Amino acid sequence: MAFSRRNFLKGAAAGSAAAACAAATTTPAEARENLTMPPKAVGLLYDSTICVGCKACVVACRDANDTHPEFSTEEKLWDNPLDISGKTITVIKMYSEGTGQHKDQEKDGFAFMKRSCLHCVDPSCVSVCPVTAMTKDPVTGIVSHEPADCIGCRYCIVACPFAVPQFEFDKAFPKLLKCQLCKHRQAEGKIPACAEVCPTGATLFGPVTALKEEADRRLAVPAGKPNTFARKTVGSPDVHEHPNAAYVQHAYGTTEMGGTQMLLLSGVPFEKMGYPKLRERSYASEAETIQEGIYHDLIAPVALFAGLLYVARKNTKNHDEEE
Amino acid sequence: MSKAAPLGGSYITKTTVITAILTVIMGALLLYRLVFGLGAVTNLSNGYGFGLWIAYDVFISTAFACGGYSMAILVYIFNRGEYHPLVRPALIASAFGYSLGGMSIMFDVGRYWNAWHLFLPGWANPTSIMFEVACCIAAYCMVLWVEFAPAIAERFAPPKVVAILKKTAFIPIAIGCLLPTMHQSSLGSLLIPAGYLVHPLWQSNLLPVMALSSAICMGYSIVIFEGSLVTEAYNRPSEAHMLGKISRLISGLLIFYLVVRWGNLAYAGKLGLVLTSGKYSFFFILENLLFVLPVILLATQKNRVNPQLLFIAAVSMLLAGALYRLDLVLIAYGREGWHYFPSVGEILITVGFVALEILGYIVCVKLFPVLSSHHPAHGKGSHTVLRAPSAAATTNE
Amino acid sequence: MNDDILNAIETRLGLSRRSFMQFCAAMAATMGLPKGADAAIANAIASSTRPPVIWLHFQECTGCTESMLRAEHPALDKLILEIISLDYHETLFAGAGHQAEAARKASMAANKGKYVLVVEGAIPMKDGGIYCKVGGHTALDLVKECAADAAAVIAIGSCAAWGGMPSSAPNPTGAVGVDEIIKDKPVVNIPGCPPSPYNFLSTVVHYLTFGKLPELDGKGRPKFAYGRIIHENCERRPHFDAGRFAQEFGDEGHRLGYCLYKLGCKGPETFANCPSILFNDIGSGSWPVGTGHPCIGCSEKGIGFTKPIHSLAEPVYITPPESYARIVEEQGQGITLASGATMAVIGGLAVGAGAKFAANLGKKKPEDSSIGKE
Repeated sequence: MAFSRRNFLKGAAAGSAAAACAAATTTPAEARENLTMPPKAVGLLYDSTICVGCKACVVACRDANDTHPEFSTEEKLWDNPLDISGKTITVIKMYSEGTGQHKDQEKDGFAFMKRSCLHCVDPSCVSVCPVTAMTKDPVTGIVSHEPADCIGCRYCIVACPFAVPQFEFDKAFPKLLKCQLCKHRQAEGKIPACAEVCPTGATLFGPVTALKEEADRRLAVPAGKPNTFARKTVGSPDVHEHPNAAYVQHAYGTTEMGGTQMLLLSGVPFEKMGYPKLRERSYASEAETIQEGIYHDLIAPVALFAGLLYVARKNTKNHDEEE
Repeated sequence: MSKAAPLGGSYITKTTVITAILTVIMGALLLYRLVFGLGAVTNLSNGYGFGLWIAYDVFISTAFACGGYSMAILVYIFNRGEYHPLVRPALIASAFGYSLGGMSIMFDVGRYWNAWHLFLPGWANPTSIMFEVACCIAAYCMVLWVEFAPAIAERFAPPKVVAILKKTAFIPIAIGCLLPTMHQSSLGSLLIPAGYLVHPLWQSNLLPVMALSSAICMGYSIVIFEGSLVTEAYNRPSEAHMLGKISRLISGLLIFYLVVRWGNLAYAGKLGLVLTSGKYSFFFILENLLFVLPVILLATQKNRVNPQLLFIAAVSMLLAGALYRLDLVLIAYGREGWHYFPSVGEILITVGFVALEILGYIVCVKLFPVLSSHHPAHGKGSHTVLRAPSAAATTNE
Repeated sequence: MNDDILNAIETRLGLSRRSFMQFCAAMAATMGLPKGADAAIANAIASSTRPPVIWLHFQECTGCTESMLRAEHPALDKLILEIISLDYHETLFAGAGHQAEAARKASMAANKGKYVLVVEGAIPMKDGGIYCKVGGHTALDLVKECAADAAAVIAIGSCAAWGGMPSSAPNPTGAVGVDEIIKDKPVVNIPGCPPSPYNFLSTVVHYLTFGKLPELDGKGRPKFAYGRIIHENCERRPHFDAGRFAQEFGDEGHRLGYCLYKLGCKGPETFANCPSILFNDIGSGSWPVGTGHPCIGCSEKGIGFTKPIHSLAEPVYITPPESYARIVEEQGQGITLASGATMAVIGGLAVGAGAKFAANLGKKKPEDSSIGKE
């Protein structure tokens, strides 16, 4: 075939037209805002300053969710998971600095921190799961995982800002494990096992709105002043007294990633406790805005396809004639 | 111009034997993975959900396999019929690249027996970029073979069928131009939800634009790369004049990519990070040098027709695109305290897929009319021996 | 030690030689004394003249004395009565009234500077101390009078040590411990409600043997008995470390002997040797936590009789074990020799082949078919 300037220009024009057509029909979709929390959402309030690191929650979680002890030492004597994993849904981790003697102090201190699903208001895992195996309950806001749906692509693991979903890499038929806020216990009228057994009320269950108020109440009390702390459920009569700690004046999870349903209080800055500073706009909302911008009602791809069809038909014909 | 014809010749050569052995090793390792789980073969962890297989087999290998897409755009959309001889070799390479990428995903997903959930409305989650990518790649794998169907038909089917296939070819061609546009951009978007986990030098809302433009560049580069390789290996006439023209396209696209990349960094105020990010700076600068090198090499017409420089520019571009993807998925991605480096098993499996791809390509060009037929070696087995098997292995490194 | 002395002991105390040496060894062990100390103790007990003891009772329940009487080491009662010369003790006295007071005064005069003063019970300070009087004298006056010429002062029980139960809010009588009043000489505090009798006895024997009081902590307590926190020696500690807690009295965890922390056990903030020395000489488990009741911190000022029994303890010294999971744990598999080498070999092959190929590329004429052959 002879190369002709005319042909080329025609093709180029047609191609550009198709692309332009696609671009023009792409109405700039409105930005997808952060999702909002269901009014009856439930969650946990974890207060590092009253946690004594006893790991009762870890043990109770094992019982409630039928997970098995995990060993991190060679002797395999103790159940001591180093982190949440395919075998462990929650762990208490330790912050230690310098001499590590003073509780809830950043310098020369130590502190405990719970690791489990934060149940984001606008969870990345739900947004990115290709097969809807991750879901957010419209009433309770619990982020659950359904193994029967899961294909094991692990995109949720890659996308979760808190490294929560955990995969069983050591199994031929693996599952994904994450905290589901003991929804099976809640269905029986019980509360999550970790909150149920916590001896100090460091892990407290309740409606997120009430948990937020409780967190604000604690933050408002000056350090050293006696304060009362409920156990099990926020507002329960089972309270104990304890001098208020010097809190970092922020409840983690009130703004991060558009909010989470597990709130954290701490005496040591959260960045040092494994919870990075995160902006308010959720990654899910941003990614979805971009995808939606491109694929809004599939108008752009369809328009582009129509243009491509037209141009390709014309040009294949030309080639055939010339051949 | 001459018609494409099968290369013919013996199937047992040094290259085919070595690639076959590598393929068998891969098969054994994959069997091991199926029996003992992902952890037994890979170093995948809950800190690095994506490993070498996703980074290479999906991100890099499909970008390498963009030759068919890039050439189809050039020939059928921009109506540059002169490049027609390059389409079929590019298509077959793409078909192998994508199919094997798709196949490797089946071994990478932990719960492969559920994989069909991806394509059913009851499960599909349209907000998921992974869903879009998976569907798109699956569809494109099929489209590629349909696009390639005329070549198979020419060998086996009656002329009538060939005629019909050729008449309706514009449909798979159009789809074949649409789908990679979608999923190559979405492969970039795939990392947007990871937010801070990807180093700010790479994380950007323009990831889809950068991923797509670099993928098209890689598509043209692989055409040059394979063109050089085939010319040399099968002792065929030089296609430098054609390849040289394509290289101008690469330059243009590359400049576009670099403007977007650096403009985006400047706009976001991240330019300071370029030099202050430790190992990330190293990879960022290395990656950008590899991107800039082809632009410099391909600046003059003289250089563009020099097969050596052309080849180096193409390789540099391919390495740049590959490193960009590797950075995005593995090197710039990370969580505090977590480590990842592919295990020997993981590497060997990836090498096995590459070997299978090369093996398939060789079989195909020998069996089907892929390469244009005006060369002296046609029909003479002695001339179809590859010069250096390892040269073929470089296809994907 | 010669047989004469041991024979004398046998007749004096009515103890077999074996029982006596056992007792001395037990004393030495209680105080954590080195090997050979038992012999020193035996010598001291056998040869010393019995030190006179004046034992005062103020605001108390006599529980400390009762506890002392129920100690069942061989012939302990005898030892108390025979080793020391208990010259004044209101509970154990045969005499009463002026006769008893006269005995006290006589002993104090006779043993000036040599007697040991033991105080049981808190001393009320409010309104001039009128809320506790013996023989017309306030406790305040009595303790001052008796302490003035004492060689040593031992405050037995939490009441005498720091005020104990009488000092609980609102503390209507202004009850305080002995060391609030006696400032000019060391006061040994043996807190507890009641304290282990052996902690008292060991202190006395130490004084007897070495002529000085045992080493004391910042609160005047013998370190051998109050140097360690209950939580650290508790037989239920493994349950705490494993996160197994009795949630309420009588539940499964309680029956299985899990940690009592959640029921308000004050072990994590109370210093005493209860879990090691136990009570009543009846074998293992004979202490509150062993029987399934949380420690109430009876020996610890600010905890016993102050904090509600079932309120949570404020753990001290709970710096976590080294094995505790850190915030950032190094996880995942980084580069190894094998994987790195594999990668390097493949990379090297690719680069080498690519370079060789590129070098050949320009040198070849398209028509030259010979290069295609190996």
